[in-house]
Amino acid sequence: MKRLEEMLLTREAGSEIMIGNTAVVRAMIESGVKVVTSYPGSPTPEIAQAIMSVPADRNPLHFQFSVNEKVATEVAFGASINGHLSCVFFKSVGLNVASDTFVQLSLMELIGGMVVMIGDDPGANSSQNEQDNRHYALMSYTPVFEPSTPQEAYAMFKEATRISKEMKMPIILRLTTHVCHAKERVAFGTWSPEETDSKSRFDVDNGPYIPITSVSLKMKRRALEKLESFRDYSEDSALNRIVDNHSNKGIISSGTAFLSLMDCVLEMDEKPDILKLGITNPLPKELIESFLRNHSEVKVLEELDQVIEQQVKSLAYDRRTKTRIIGKEHIDDFIGEYLPDKVREIISRTWPGTVEPSHEAPSSVEIPARPAQMCPGCGHRSAFFAVKSALKKIDITVADIGCYTLGAFEPYNLGQVLLCMGHCSGTGSGLSLFNDERRVVAFIGDSTLFHAGLPGIINAVYNNHKMTLIVMENGTTAMTGHQDHPGSGSSVRGPATKISIRKLLDALGVAFIKEVDTYQQTKLKKLVEDALGFDGFSVVIARHPCMLKFTREQRRKLKTMPKPVRVGSKCDRRYVCVKRFACPTFQRGEDGSVWVQEDLCIGDRSCMQTCPVDAIIPSE
Amino acid sequence: MSSSRLDRFDIYINGVGGQGIGMLSELIVRAIDHSGQVVRGADTHGLAQRGGMVVSHIRKGKDTYSPLIGKKNAQLAVSLERHEAMRAIAEQQLEEGGVLIYYDAVWQPLGVRLGNTPQLSNNDLEDAAERCNLMLIRVFQEDLPDARMQNVILLAEIAARVLVPGVSLEHYERAMEDLMEGALLERNSKLFRSHVRRQSGDN
Ligand SMILES: Cc1ncc(C[n+]2csc(CCOP(=O)(O)OP(=O)(O)O)c2C)c(N)n1
Repeated sequence: MKRLEEMLLTREAGSEIMIGNTAVVRAMIESGVKVVTSYPGSPTPEIAQAIMSVPADRNPLHFQFSVNEKVATEVAFGASINGHLSCVFFKSVGLNVASDTFVQLSLMELIGGMVVMIGDDPGANSSQNEQDNRHYALMSYTPVFEPSTPQEAYAMFKEATRISKEMKMPIILRLTTHVCHAKERVAFGTWSPEETDSKSRFDVDNGPYIPITSVSLKMKRRALEKLESFRDYSEDSALNRIVDNHSNKGIISSGTAFLSLMDCVLEMDEKPDILKLGITNPLPKELIESFLRNHSEVKVLEELDQVIEQQVKSLAYDRRTKTRIIGKEHIDDFIGEYLPDKVREIISRTWPGTVEPSHEAPSSVEIPARPAQMCPGCGHRSAFFAVKSALKKIDITVADIGCYTLGAFEPYNLGQVLLCMGHCSGTGSGLSLFNDERRVVAFIGDSTLFHAGLPGIINAVYNNHKMTLIVMENGTTAMTGHQDHPGSGSSVRGPATKISIRKLLDALGVAFIKEVDTYQQTKLKKLVEDALGFDGFSVVIARHPCMLKFTREQRRKLKTMPKPVRVGSKCDRRYVCVKRFACPTFQRGEDGSVWVQEDLCIGDRSCMQTCPVDAIIPSE
Repeated sequence: MSSSRLDRFDIYINGVGGQGIGMLSELIVRAIDHSGQVVRGADTHGLAQRGGMVVSHIRKGKDTYSPLIGKKNAQLAVSLERHEAMRAIAEQQLEEGGVLIYYDAVWQPLGVRLGNTPQLSNNDLEDAAERCNLMLIRVFQEDLPDARMQNVILLAEIAARVLVPGVSLEHYERAMEDLMEGALLERNSKLFRSHVRRQSGDN
């Protein structure tokens, strides 16, 4: 069997089939990165998985999951100004959380070098929006490398560390979902491990590091000067390249949109020239000007916002070029991933007749949707089933981000509003004002509580908001793949201080706190009723370990697993199990009977109490 | 240039989270790689939970850039569940004349369980495949001890029928050796070989 660890630690150059998220980890090791920090979020969790495939005692990377993206960025920053090459990575919206810290980085002399690796998510495949983080790069004067493939992600990571160290500036490596998860054979170089280096090199003389009043403007000037010299580098960099098809039409593109374009161009008789930008901030002005001058029409084919387009148009104005520049023409052009079909559509609209529009015809086949579900045995399902019975129709429920967001959908419909991680106590507090009839209940996961939930809770206590918060404590960060968090009692390096949510809330002065295992549905219902009756901010901790994680661990340890339940003869077809409890194991027979899909049932029996006629029974 | 002259073979794989799509896809990717052909692809698994849809794209050949396949482009679709096989048809993943091979497991989608829409039958699938001019192959093994082996049965069918051009049994077996070891490898190799034999005997 091929082992990830062996590939990551081999001294020799080679090649292997891998995803982008793995390729960047090989690049980290080859470039001598010392400190890596993160908070989990798609599309980046496999980066952490690859790092963690090497046990801590022989891992050249000191890795940690930090409590959130802001702290992760600060830890990586601290390491860098102490002289150690660092990298922080997180998902797209993570940059919003990190932003207060992030925007200061370019003002600082990062003597060790630092790469900020972002997993943007055009198409919002697994995020609450598809924000274009290149805007942050512009506002913070930070260079951006933008790979199209895993091979490029590997190469650009190495180049980013080299430049970052040399220029002591932060560099963004902007991955997107289908660079992170694309798979191909990636060629990598040699690795010569460095001696362990525990020397502290932090020195205020490298600074200034205190950006206050006029000093901050000097620091800004230095950041802008660095950016301009980076632009000079970018003019000659091979990361920006031209695909020459001897055409008078040109296209400027980058990232995965470039790949979709190349697929489209294969089918064109008259192929346009392409300027492929691997560096999207700052733009290479001379290179772009000459590309404009060499073509009569240039299309800017850019996923998400008009970041390149507006700069190209502004440059064309300054340099008085005559080229017709075609940018975004429709609202649709701003929305969604630039997949092969979308790009084909855009090119056929830009230059009619050069390529056939998309192949898709209206479908004549109907198929039921398959939304994501809570797993069989999930403690969140038991909690939602019980909480629902304690609520009135008019009550307001506030969702937050995690597996428990799924409570917002059929058939539970608990959770009617969602902004971002940790918003629920703040939003719920606002909803409770000038509101005498409708009780407010919010749901928050344990990882989310540590990440961004505390200020909202503190605010609710301090300003005495009347609402109920249900903490869905499953001991892990489940949705993103079971990463540990400060409440789980372990970390990447093994056992860790377990921060008790109960004690934390106690210390914050929350006056009503009750705890219960979610499988005790009757008790949970009662506690929620009591909490709703409490005049102030009340909390119910609804606890049950993540059963997907638990079952996987049991499978590894035990030979025999608990037997699935079955539906006995008492069943009189009320369908509570299929329609209201809605564990996916319960299926409907064509004759109206209910049967248990045994491939799914984990034998947890949390369903048995939900059947009004006790028809769900253990199989012996 | 007509697209049919390009060196390109696209495979669309779908199923339900928890069915072992990741493994099946990685096995095919590595088998193609062992056959000496260019391969790329991507798994798309928005929310990784059990019970949601999981899709994987595989592209073989030199004339491919994006890891993702365009609509009506795939020559082969592989589904691990009956409703998902219908979804591959409904979403027009296959080109005309393409092959859809599916394992006939049923994990009812939410709408079926809520009673809003009926469960699909194999006849529904056959009708849809005929209307869309696709070749449909149903795979099912009665005596399978563990549902997590369904992906290996599908792999054996794909291998035995040589549904991926230029990729032979030996390449699939080498892919299995890349990704598994010990008892797991033994169990799955045995199942793979016996199913290949069974399949070849049937034909
Ligand atoms: C700022 C930000 N960072 C990361 C994520 C990705 N993410 C989605 S859910 C989740 C955490 C869920 O953990 P928890 O609150 O414990 O709920 P569970 O999934 O375990 O039920 C994360 C980190 C995000 N959406 N936003």
